[in-house]
Amino acid sequence: MFGDYSIGDLGSIFVMQGFAGLILFSVYVLMALGLAIIFGQMGVINMAHGEFMILGAYVTWLTSSAFQHYLPALFPGYFFLAMVLAFMASGALGMLVEWGLIRHLYKRPLDTLLATWGLSLILQQTYRSVFGAREVGVELPQWMLGSKQITDTIEVPINGIFVMCLTVLITIVVAYVMYKSRWGRQVRAVVQNRIMAGAVGINTEKVDRYTFGLGCGIAGVAGSAFTMIGSTGPTSGQLYIVDTFLVVVFGGAASLIGTIASAFSISQTQSTLEFFMSGSMAKVLTLLAIVGILMLRPQGLFALKVRK
Amino acid sequence: MLIGHQPKEFLLAVEALTVSFDGFKAVNDLSFYVEENEIRVIIGPNGAGKTTVLDLICGKTKATSGSIQFRGQELTRMKENQIVQTGVGRKFQTPSVFVDLTVFENLEISYPRGRTVFGSLAFQRDAAVRDRVEEVAEMIFLKDRLDTYADELSHGQKQWLEIGMLLIQDPDLLMLDEPVAGMSVSERAKTAELLNRIIKGRSVLVIEHDMKFVEDIAHKVTVLHQGQILSEGTMEHVKNDPKVIEVYLGH
Amino acid sequence: MIINSRFFNRSELIGFVALAALLFVILPLSLDVFRLNLVAKYLTYAFVGIGLVLCWGYGGILSLGQGVFFGLGGYCMAMFLKLEASSPENTKIQSTPGIPDFMDWNQITSLPLFWQPFHSLTLTILAIILVPGLFALIIGTAMFKRRVGGTYFAIITQAVAAILTILIVGQQGYTGGINGMTDLRTLKGWDIRPDHAKVMLYFFEVFLLFGCILLAQFIRLTKLGRILVAMREQEDRVRFSGYSVANFKIFAFCMAAIFAAIGGAMFALNVGFMSPSFVGIVPSIEMVIYTAVGGRMSIFGAVWGSLLVNFAKTGLSESFPQLWLFGLGGLFIAVVLAFPNGLSGIWADHVQPRIDRLMTWRKPKPAKAWTDSSVADGAPAE
Repeated sequence: MFGDYSIGDLGSIFVMQGFAGLILFSVYVLMALGLAIIFGQMGVINMAHGEFMILGAYVTWLTSSAFQHYLPALFPGYFFLAMVLAFMASGALGMLVEWGLIRHLYKRPLDTLLATWGLSLILQQTYRSVFGAREVGVELPQWMLGSKQITDTIEVPINGIFVMCLTVLITIVVAYVMYKSRWGRQVRAVVQNRIMAGAVGINTEKVDRYTFGLGCGIAGVAGSAFTMIGSTGPTSGQLYIVDTFLVVVFGGAASLIGTIASAFSISQTQSTLEFFMSGSMAKVLTLLAIVGILMLRPQGLFALKVRK
Repeated sequence: MLIGHQPKEFLLAVEALTVSFDGFKAVNDLSFYVEENEIRVIIGPNGAGKTTVLDLICGKTKATSGSIQFRGQELTRMKENQIVQTGVGRKFQTPSVFVDLTVFENLEISYPRGRTVFGSLAFQRDAAVRDRVEEVAEMIFLKDRLDTYADELSHGQKQWLEIGMLLIQDPDLLMLDEPVAGMSVSERAKTAELLNRIIKGRSVLVIEHDMKFVEDIAHKVTVLHQGQILSEGTMEHVKNDPKVIEVYLGH
Repeated sequence: MIINSRFFNRSELIGFVALAALLFVILPLSLDVFRLNLVAKYLTYAFVGIGLVLCWGYGGILSLGQGVFFGLGGYCMAMFLKLEASSPENTKIQSTPGIPDFMDWNQITSLPLFWQPFHSLTLTILAIILVPGLFALIIGTAMFKRRVGGTYFAIITQAVAAILTILIVGQQGYTGGINGMTDLRTLKGWDIRPDHAKVMLYFFEVFLLFGCILLAQFIRLTKLGRILVAMREQEDRVRFSGYSVANFKIFAFCMAAIFAAIGGAMFALNVGFMSPSFVGIVPSIEMVIYTAVGGRMSIFGAVWGSLLVNFAKTGLSESFPQLWLFGLGGLFIAVVLAFPNGLSGIWADHVQPRIDRLMTWRKPKPAKAWTDSSVADGAPAE
């Protein structure tokens, strides 16, 4: 398939597709961060994670529409407010779900999987009833459109760069919160020994609730980023949950760098392959490669050796 | 086989065994030997690596380096179920029995026949199985409870059931991790009696904290400390070893 | 001592008779052909459910990719039927007569090699069993030999379902794409479309279903069935009793795959088409919920669950389409939170004791086998 292109062309194609894959990479990283935090903390796989992302996307769409109607002057900056609102909406819903559902199911991971799947169906139908079945698209402000010419053959979309910078920033903040802050120490204490953590005065229930909320909140931010690559519909999130979980396990659960590296390699593989074949075959090949590698190395790319 | 100097045949020969978790050496260059029909007790403070040693022998944990020879067969390269089939049985610290099955079914599963997928499909509960299950159930004081589901048993009874599940495998080496922990005084006495009855014709490797119990049953004691052997010999010898006293009383 | 060597205990026998009466007598007598055909469609999921009872209920292995095997079985059957429907006489208006219409539309001029075996019914029947069985064997070996299980396994199976769906949709020329394989007509010259054929196929399917029920019940009663339960509770203890846990998991997973494939093949026969919408993530997880509603530990429950949930789905989505997803989602949550053993659990906990009480009202129960002394003997002294 590479035969028809010169080396120089191929180089440009890889770079261009690489930058085109940046938004997908950002969505994967943000989704995977949230999923990994929740999975690492409570051993819960949140199958409704995609719906939390879509909630963020809808909030972003609502914000942008509101700015367009009421504050057109401030429209270029709507995205920053939208992100904060998306985080808060998804996070709040996440805490509610943890309280109403998840906390009754700790230690039953397979059942949690089914229950959160049920939740995802309910959320999808709610979105359909509230926002309609038609997909909605967000209008981007002028400064995010267009692209930057680097060489004759290479140009880079501005929104891609912007979202990626944002992702890096959020990742750093999350890393700081999880590894350096007092709250992060509490979270890790609960992960290592729930009973002892409770005994030394950590409110484990509260830690669980806020962790779940944080994970869902980050998914909401991922939803904001998502509005730039696709239109938002009630079932848009469902397509991402399996991909995102593969990102998490491929990177080796509980490894921040692993998650980022695997999100990067997966999104880049897919984006590059898309240039050479249909989108669906690119996806099949990417997923097959991941599943194949996971069968050979189930612990993922980065994993610690621990006594079980 | 080397001609000339023939080393004594041990049942179990552990040599230069090392395992490290992320750089931490839980067991470090450990060597010891267990003879036929010997009761060996491993003692040592918490974190000394006692349970890890049993995990290594039965294949639950893979060794980083070193060898474990059982009747001349290298165990470190085998899978857990193969190790069991060569004649090593392992009891865990917390009773691990199948609570949704009856006592009879628990024992029957451990009966060493029909251990492959299709073997277990063709397995028949014949007179030989029934007799053996009843015989073992009598030994472990559960003859009247064969149809009881295991989750209705007391903690001590579950421990006995697990010992019974090992007995029915008829292993040459029986490894017990704290068999009397959490037992009442009367259960403890019964367990000691049980162990003394079942050791005939096999070797036993026991981890135990209860010194009275250790003194009752041990032929030889190995003291572990930080993954290495601190002292080894008779109970009398070990008790008077200044290094052991230092570790147990020093801090 | 009670060693139960009977094939069914009393309540299972009642369940068996009740189900047989319903499927062989009551439904065929009371429903018109259209509704009976719907029941046949619902019952194809019961095959999947029986497999899931063994694999998930007993073995504790949750597969969220049973649609893959359902689809493989269904596509194998559909390929045979499609080839028969694409005889040169039937397809003489195509630019290449004698190949399925969707191939012709996609400019394929000769039948691909992997389609060739499906000229033969014997090879097709073999393929329905072997293709999904081998596929499950490969996935199972790769995962279980490396001790991958639980949620991780569930997600991998889901990814496989996603891959297969995208592949089927993408390779339109070979698979019929998103529309699937439609316009299936005859089986060895026998038209499967008229009413009397649909009734015959219904009875054939129910016979097969009872065959599968008996096979599953047989497996459940062997030592292998008890090992599956044991494995779900204490995997390590099974391993240290000398069993290769991975092999037993692989067996359970393959059996579940084969049951699902038989269901898929029955689907193609009874419904008359096969499409990727019965392969992917969503149908796969719906098949799990049918089983969960019926009771993940009950073979009969799987059949009841498939029937009831699908009747509810048809009823609700006909009259209140927007309510159905709420209902299904709520069902997932309710089954997990409140009724982990589903309908059969409710029956065993609440209905059965009442019936027993009515039955034993006149003759008092015999005393328990063990006496008080043995309890005192075993209880901790402190």
